[in-house]
Amino acid sequence: MKIQEVIEQARSLWPDISINLNAYPGSAEFQCGYEQIPPVCDWLFHQKGYCFAGLIVEENNRQWDLYYLFTGRKEQGCVLARVSAPVEERAFKSVSRYVHAADWHEREAEDLFGVTFEGHPRLGDFILHDDVWEEGVEPMRRGFDPKDVISMRNSRPNWRPKRILTAPGAFIMPVGPVFSGEAESVHFQLETIGEEILCVFPRLFFKYRGVEKAAEGRMYRDVLLLSERFAGTAGFSHALAFCMAVERLCEVTVPERAQVLRVFFAEMERFRSHLGTIEAVCNSTGLVVAANQMAILEEEALRLSGALSGHRYLFGLAVPGGLSKNVDDTACKQGLIKLQEIVRIVDGIEKLLSNTSSFLDRIEEVGTVTGDQAENYGMVGPVARGSRCNNDLRFLQPYCMYDKVDFDVPCEKEGDGYARLRILFAELRESFYIMEQAVDMLSKGDIVSPCEIRPGVSFTGVETPRGASWHWVRINEEGKIDRYRIISPSFANWHGFHFASENFAFQDFPIILATFGLSVAENDR
Amino acid sequence: MSRWVVKGLQTGIVTTPYPREKEDTPGITPGFPKECAAVSEELLSRCPTGALVKKGNGVAIKHERCVHCYRCVRGVEGPALWEAGFEWARIKGQSSVFPKAFRKSLHIRVVDAGDCGACINEVKLLNNPFYNMHRLGFFITPTPRKADLLIVVGPVTEHMKIPLLKAYEAMPAPKRVVAVGACALSGGVFGPGFVTGAGVSDILPVDVEVPGCPPPPLAILYALLTVTGRNATLS
Repeated sequence: MKIQEVIEQARSLWPDISINLNAYPGSAEFQCGYEQIPPVCDWLFHQKGYCFAGLIVEENNRQWDLYYLFTGRKEQGCVLARVSAPVEERAFKSVSRYVHAADWHEREAEDLFGVTFEGHPRLGDFILHDDVWEEGVEPMRRGFDPKDVISMRNSRPNWRPKRILTAPGAFIMPVGPVFSGEAESVHFQLETIGEEILCVFPRLFFKYRGVEKAAEGRMYRDVLLLSERFAGTAGFSHALAFCMAVERLCEVTVPERAQVLRVFFAEMERFRSHLGTIEAVCNSTGLVVAANQMAILEEEALRLSGALSGHRYLFGLAVPGGLSKNVDDTACKQGLIKLQEIVRIVDGIEKLLSNTSSFLDRIEEVGTVTGDQAENYGMVGPVARGSRCNNDLRFLQPYCMYDKVDFDVPCEKEGDGYARLRILFAELRESFYIMEQAVDMLSKGDIVSPCEIRPGVSFTGVETPRGASWHWVRINEEGKIDRYRIISPSFANWHGFHFASENFAFQDFPIILATFGLSVAENDR
Repeated sequence: MSRWVVKGLQTGIVTTPYPREKEDTPGITPGFPKECAAVSEELLSRCPTGALVKKGNGVAIKHERCVHCYRCVRGVEGPALWEAGFEWARIKGQSSVFPKAFRKSLHIRVVDAGDCGACINEVKLLNNPFYNMHRLGFFITPTPRKADLLIVVGPVTEHMKIPLLKAYEAMPAPKRVVAVGACALSGGVFGPGFVTGAGVSDILPVDVEVPGCPPPPLAILYALLTVTGRNATLS
């Protein structure tokens, strides 16, 4: 169904909502009223097959604007369900009763903006931890100065988290935030009555750095640094999303050579990231030889990125208008030879892994996420594709040159750890094919066009190594960033993580965590 | 399982000859801009983090602020000079070096105080066959009670202050702290703000600073050699 037909139907169902088709390129804006927003979102999600991407909250001219972003398949485009209210009114109707994927987004908005959602079952203590911050701190409000060191802060060591399990003998196993060898900081409350984990609460945002707030009032060149370095392991993809949003807003045409090289490096990053995730899976099961083999390949991919772009994590490469460095064709071709060698070794390792029963016992039918769960929680990336949800933005809403390259989006239906691992292996190979095609497509020409900043708002989605990410950029009259919103793939996948780890034994927990390939930094921002 | 043994043996040894010999494979380091005698005003204004500072007619580099954005070398007339290398770690003084008993074996606890994932990945890679820090007697330990050395990455967020302090206090003396990455040294791109600090030194006494965004594994390895007093044999 095309977006025009969706709009026609919406008009007949709700005659009083105003629909603006040309607000943003390729997407429609539904301006809903206070009562209408839950049914409209419900209808888009359940009847029309749109995926929920995220919630964007803005405070402009003493008015709240809440945008629920829905993404569809190809010609369905994107739909923004918008609800507005004067700044004094802080109560909105909760959408998460109908679209559960909005749950964490609404909690975030409540914590950072102080807006409340009627009918939401659990608000408070999310991003700003209650044991560190007092109630009433609303850092994303306009009047809040991010440079301020707040006086309203007071540590409450007696604060205790909520408990669900009340059976006799039930207890909470706390894990983190400082745990394991070199794990990122995150805290888990694992509720149990013995061997099995019955309830899992990941307590995130220990690494909350206020990136979205820090971006406000700064020039786009400074914000570019934030967007590529808030999640270093997917830095290029996030920087690319930010650059594309700025380019779309300023109507910059990126030279073809830069477009092709962007595809090349985005796939290079996915390739390297997946190698790292597979290494973590092998490591978590104690398969040391396989883990070290993958670690060798990961380091080789990092060195190749470093040799081609200058930086091992591709920092500083993407700029609005193109790329900062012209990588010559022969270097890319030599890189491909190296990558082909890596793919050959990876194939061998995959074959060996699929014949190692002690390894398969740990990941097969362990950490299962069903397709319905993945859909309802708006999960993205390889995790969702392991549970039959294909929501790859490269395919659904092609950007750069992805509509001109030929590639498959691997999909599995089991939803267990092994399905996710197979997806990673398959995507590695696809990434290599895309890189091969990209090198063939390289033409002569510029790699950057001038970018003249103009005021306005725009957003883009990019398929990062961990899944779909959306960057929303509003630039004000002075040419400074007014609002920057990052909808990150790890945020969606952490939301659904508890499904996979509940009802499994403690020793399975690190393995399930590894097969998800989650990044804490990307979630926490 | 025997196939894995064969696979491991087939791979051979890939470990770097460093620190016995020099290592200069392409792609092991992002490099830093180089101090130079004459430089244009435009170049200085392009630096987003204030890492390039005027020194007489030329330019000096504040390594702890540089994040390798390459804006002083790409797309500019008269670019700054760039140098590879990774022996960047700076030690506070002779008193920061561990006593001799720690030379052969050192246990390390890593605390992630809000990094982006790149620094901690580079620390993790120290364990891979290319760098293999075990051969030099460095071990990552899960508990601070067994740790001699604390590696801190990230600018220290508000939520990580207390866990970081607790980890440090749980460590037995003598103990040392290594701050890894631009964030841990100066707040990096996140800078001081309402939830991010301006680096580890506001909270803990830092003994060794490793600049870089992120510092490559060899730069961290060099810092470990420095803090144990073992880099004197180099160069």
